[in-house]
Amino acid sequence: MTVETDQPADTAGFAEDSRRSVTLRDAWTDYVNRLRGGDMGSLPAILGLVVLYIVFGLANDRFLSMLNQANLVIQAGSIIVLAMGLVFVLLLGEIDLSAGVTGGVSAAFTALAVVDHGQPWWAAILIGMLVGATIGFVIGLLVAYLGIPSFVVTLAYFLALQGVTLKLIGSGGSVPVRDEVLRGLSIKNVPTSYGWLIAGLVVVVYTAIALQRYRTQVRRDLQRPPFSLVVIRIVAFAAIVLGLTGALNRNRSLNPNFPIEGVPWTLPVVLVLLVLWTFVLGRTAYGRHLYAVGGNAEAARRAGINVRRIKVSAFVLCSTMAAVGGLLAASYSGKVSPSSGAGNVLLYAVGAAVIGGTSLFGGRGRALDAVIGGVVIATIANGLGLLNQASYINYLVTGGVLLLAASVDAISRRRRSAAGV
Amino acid sequence: MTQPLLELRGVNKSFGVVHVLHDVDFAVYPGQVTALVGDNGAGKSTLVKCIAGIYGRDSGDYIFEGQPVTVHGPRDVAALGVEVVYQDLALCDNLDIVQNMFLGREESRHLALDEATMEARARDTLGSLSVRTVSSVRQHVASLSGGQRQTVAIAKAVLWNSKIVLLDEPTAALGVAQTRQVLDLVRRLADRGLGVVLISHNLGDVFEVADRITALYLGRVAADVATKDVTHGQVVELITAGRSGDLGIAENPATATV
Repeated sequence: MTVETDQPADTAGFAEDSRRSVTLRDAWTDYVNRLRGGDMGSLPAILGLVVLYIVFGLANDRFLSMLNQANLVIQAGSIIVLAMGLVFVLLLGEIDLSAGVTGGVSAAFTALAVVDHGQPWWAAILIGMLVGATIGFVIGLLVAYLGIPSFVVTLAYFLALQGVTLKLIGSGGSVPVRDEVLRGLSIKNVPTSYGWLIAGLVVVVYTAIALQRYRTQVRRDLQRPPFSLVVIRIVAFAAIVLGLTGALNRNRSLNPNFPIEGVPWTLPVVLVLLVLWTFVLGRTAYGRHLYAVGGNAEAARRAGINVRRIKVSAFVLCSTMAAVGGLLAASYSGKVSPSSGAGNVLLYAVGAAVIGGTSLFGGRGRALDAVIGGVVIATIANGLGLLNQASYINYLVTGGVLLLAASVDAISRRRRSAAGV
Repeated sequence: MTQPLLELRGVNKSFGVVHVLHDVDFAVYPGQVTALVGDNGAGKSTLVKCIAGIYGRDSGDYIFEGQPVTVHGPRDVAALGVEVVYQDLALCDNLDIVQNMFLGREESRHLALDEATMEARARDTLGSLSVRTVSSVRQHVASLSGGQRQTVAIAKAVLWNSKIVLLDEPTAALGVAQTRQVLDLVRRLADRGLGVVLISHNLGDVFEVADRITALYLGRVAADVATKDVTHGQVVELITAGRSGDLGIAENPATATV
């Protein structure tokens, strides 16, 4: 690639390069410049979420009730987890169209392990994840070593795996998920005192890590944000975590004799996965290599990275996460049916990842994107459901949102390559 | 003259019936810039790929620091301390300068990447090369100009204490000011004691920074001379005709076979 832009930066000395944005103002200018250059991140998703909340809040007075909001959190859980898995393959510029039905098959295995074979919940979950990992491994081999486009491989899996679920469950039937723990993931809540305790701990740990990191950056004179920005981030983080905990810890039951309070168990599960994958993607060599392969596979290969192994591993992680997502979906609906994970499940998850800011072209994406985008998608599904619209509207809107997100992705990519940011 | 860092003796290489390299001798000396010049199809790229270990040799010796070595692939060559900076730069646009310089060789503490150490080392390396063209080491490579990218690619080679750096057409796609920066950097590399090989079509660049010139003509070494001993015109003749006065291949092989 040849970029012929003579930049005025040529005269700036490297020895005194800008190690930090000195003031909050500089940091803000930097951010605006990045936005202009097409590096939008999750901003469109957050703005979209605000708009959706206003629209649905005005259209239906039940939308903003805590009972519905807690329900939204649980609904979002399975979408988010599936989308997190997809982030790995999207990072490489690949796609896994079978992720949804992989979740369905895995959930069928889990449910049958409990119902037919009397396995304990943890063994059943492990079986489900193992099924997912195996599916991902085979897909990865076919894509990385045989060189079939992932689009084709996973389209084949999308059909074939539905057949497997059908064989396992039998047409028209369904397997109930009645296990205390599995079903409890969706319908039970963390006791309020524990909820506060965990939320407090999370805030303290985040603050400690953020401050520690800033101290290292100052001590070794590395590039760093202004301290005020670090403080703002910590305050915002604490406000979100504690605010969410507080809201969910209030009694949201309509029946005064039967209180419902506490954070649904789905939420901590999603948060643990978010922390895990954020660490893996951002702070480990493996994560770095994923980005490198997605950005420029040839450069990664020359740098000594085993590109094929990275590809296989991404598909394994994606399908394993799909298994977890399928499990959460089964826990929410209380059953696994032959159509679990089929239909629009995958579209929701891809939409979530892309709306959150993960690029379909590879090389850009975070686990957090899946969370933000997943909340947007769940909000659309939840809000439209409350409005009692005919389901064709739901399909139209979701498809439209996915197209919109992909357009934003494509346009910002063009702007990035034009502005070179 | 000092001992060469790297020497290839009597290298032959054929692709099927096409005999690309004929008994090529090539030497790289520490602290010197050796320019490898030749017309299209003269065998420059093939020779570089033989040095880089991408191609094997049909015959001939690979001698590194006076010792014959066997190389089986790019990894062996990299382990010797020979880095190749290719024309199509091997950088990832979506990563920043530090991440690119350490790609595939990241520093880790426990499980996590040691970003602080990597950033400090990258800054030291760029600083030691007096690189004054990037405003921040945390800039994404996508935002760099062609010259800056070339600079990062070269600095990446230096970071790993390479002894020899091969630069394939480093200024081919650059403007005037950027070419200037890259040539300055090439000179500084040699002044640090590295052996530098500069493959270039641009004789202006070659005469500016090279200490020695090796001219290839139809897969043979036409001349291996000190830059100060030849003129611009002589080098052009060596490239186009294989000989110039008493320099070059004694009998022109292209016409000799007719």
